[in-house]
Amino acid sequence: MSNNLFNRVWDLHKVSSLSETMDQLFIGLHLVHEVTSPQAFQALRERNLSVLYPERTIATVDHIVPTQDQRIRPFADSMAEQMLAAIEINSQEFGVQFFGLGSESQGIVHIVGPENGITQPGMTIACGDSHTSTHGAFGAIAFGIGTSQVRDVLASQTLALERLKVRKIEVSGSRSSGVYAKDIILKIIAELGVMGGIGYAYEYTGEAIASLSMEERMTICNMSIEGGARIGYVNPDQTTIDYLRGRPFSPEGAAFDKAVKFWQDIASDERSTYDDIYQFDINSLGPMVTWGITPGQAISVEDTLPIVSETSESEREVAKKAYEHMGFSEGQKLLGTPIDVAFIGSCTNGRISDLQEVADVVKGRKIASTVTGLVVPGSQKVKKEAEARGLDRIFTEAGFQWRDAGCSMCLAMNPDKLTGRQLCASSSNRNFIGRQGAPKGRTLLMSPAMVAAAALSGAIADVREII
Amino acid sequence: MDTNKIIVKEVSGTVLPLKGNDIDTDRIIPARFLRSITFEGLGEQVFCDERFDQAGNPLDHPFNHESYRGAKILVVNQNFGCGSSREHAPQAIMRFGIEAIIGESFAEIFAGNCTSLGIPVLTASIAEIEALQAHAQENPSEEFVVDISHPHITYGARTIALQINDAAKQALLNGTWDSLETLLQERQNIAATAAKLPYISSFPYPQSTG
Repeated sequence: MSNNLFNRVWDLHKVSSLSETMDQLFIGLHLVHEVTSPQAFQALRERNLSVLYPERTIATVDHIVPTQDQRIRPFADSMAEQMLAAIEINSQEFGVQFFGLGSESQGIVHIVGPENGITQPGMTIACGDSHTSTHGAFGAIAFGIGTSQVRDVLASQTLALERLKVRKIEVSGSRSSGVYAKDIILKIIAELGVMGGIGYAYEYTGEAIASLSMEERMTICNMSIEGGARIGYVNPDQTTIDYLRGRPFSPEGAAFDKAVKFWQDIASDERSTYDDIYQFDINSLGPMVTWGITPGQAISVEDTLPIVSETSESEREVAKKAYEHMGFSEGQKLLGTPIDVAFIGSCTNGRISDLQEVADVVKGRKIASTVTGLVVPGSQKVKKEAEARGLDRIFTEAGFQWRDAGCSMCLAMNPDKLTGRQLCASSSNRNFIGRQGAPKGRTLLMSPAMVAAAALSGAIADVREII
Repeated sequence: MDTNKIIVKEVSGTVLPLKGNDIDTDRIIPARFLRSITFEGLGEQVFCDERFDQAGNPLDHPFNHESYRGAKILVVNQNFGCGSSREHAPQAIMRFGIEAIIGESFAEIFAGNCTSLGIPVLTASIAEIEALQAHAQENPSEEFVVDISHPHITYGARTIALQINDAAKQALLNGTWDSLETLLQERQNIAATAAKLPYISSFPYPQSTG
């Protein structure tokens, strides 16, 4: 029996057996951000502990930072200011490398890691954020943790964890025009359900995954957690190797060759075994849009909304609640539904290729006057590259606001929020009630190109009819 | 060092039934309450946007019901705690006064966070959970007892067997749910494991990136 990547990486990082089912696992990279770390650093102070592997710990700020006038301190929000000050002090006091505001490497933690070559295949990666699964795109075992576990990793560089089962998700076929990585993952979640992945790591494989760029793979792995899977990964291949070559934290010269050997050896192969296999073809996949209050409540954009009585019993209660919150009717189409806000950004879709896709749709056009459009680059590097390509001008000429890097309206911890019952076409990852900052605000998740199409039309539209 | 050895083997008290599948951590504690650098005050903010209207008037919500005041056991349905990894969610529930959570199923990160705080998370079948919720609704002042070592809940003459993750059970019964001390005992093995990782020993991050 040959192991898959998940088990190979796990075995390599196992420090000890804590019980029959619980292992102590070494964490090769600990990413830290401002929101889930202050209590953890404080716990270290209280116990008189230091950060055990500061060289394997990297911090940045993303969740709470304003995306306008970002460098004007103190912030208008005194709590945000205090939170920023805390990570600045903590990273200095504990000797942790910090990409703060003003650093050219600042940005959403799940964008900063990959674009700097910090995220590499075969690593274990933890961060106090559920979208840490993003880094699995490189063939790393990457997962979100709570603040007590952030404390554990800071102090011991290890975690007490149980091994997961592995489900191979084999994706065949090829995408038609107007269909993106976001549509693939929304379809997988709709099929397997929002709790289908509990207890599993998802291995995404097959010809459709192999043909994706690294940034597209990140979008897919990012939303694994929305399907209940704490971990999602893609085996490293030539696309991975080509992406990593020449990045600031990537090995160079002979060391890069050694790294490539390790990355190739750690990948699953044709003899690898799995606890479960799910096969799925994307030849007929269309653009997906969520209509409810969980990421699993999604339909193809041309379809009609489900009839509650026809859904399975376990889905019915949430479907009812979704209709109540969203104000939609059973059996209606989403096409033509007016939107108020269009949000482009987040760790799901805030990378340069996402912004390029949006620019390709909106170039030379204007967004509807009834729509507030926001483009928030995922990092300072994404921002710089977008400006070098002239994308910022395309966005602003179309009527979008062009902002500084951060998580922004994905979770609305900064001033970027929906108000009232606004309906937002969003490239982010969660359509939970109140997620975008207004208790009655409403979110429709879709690909960045679909958000762009909705912004232009002022209503939900099929991007295939525009491009 | 804080040598935490609080053993959790039983929780007794009244039950707060909270119905609904896929209750996410954004609903449990909206993101704006994560702007504090401590966990203080979260107990009052739990489920804030469902418990209060925009003007701060209380709404009809189980966490507001006078009859459930002081409840120690929360009984929920399917996929409770999905979404964000924020430990603020179990912190808020704990600080509200809840000491054990029983449900049909739990999101993984949420369940792990509960264990890290010494909150037992147990499961039962849909029918058993619904029966439990209905009984608590009709008898809100009735005392329930949750036993961790032979996991079950007792109320009146009834006993329902519960499931609990083995590792979580051991951690609660041994008082080692705060795992840090246990982890730090392995310092030598930690160093040995690190030393054999190719990305640390053979091709580490370049020195100049600092």
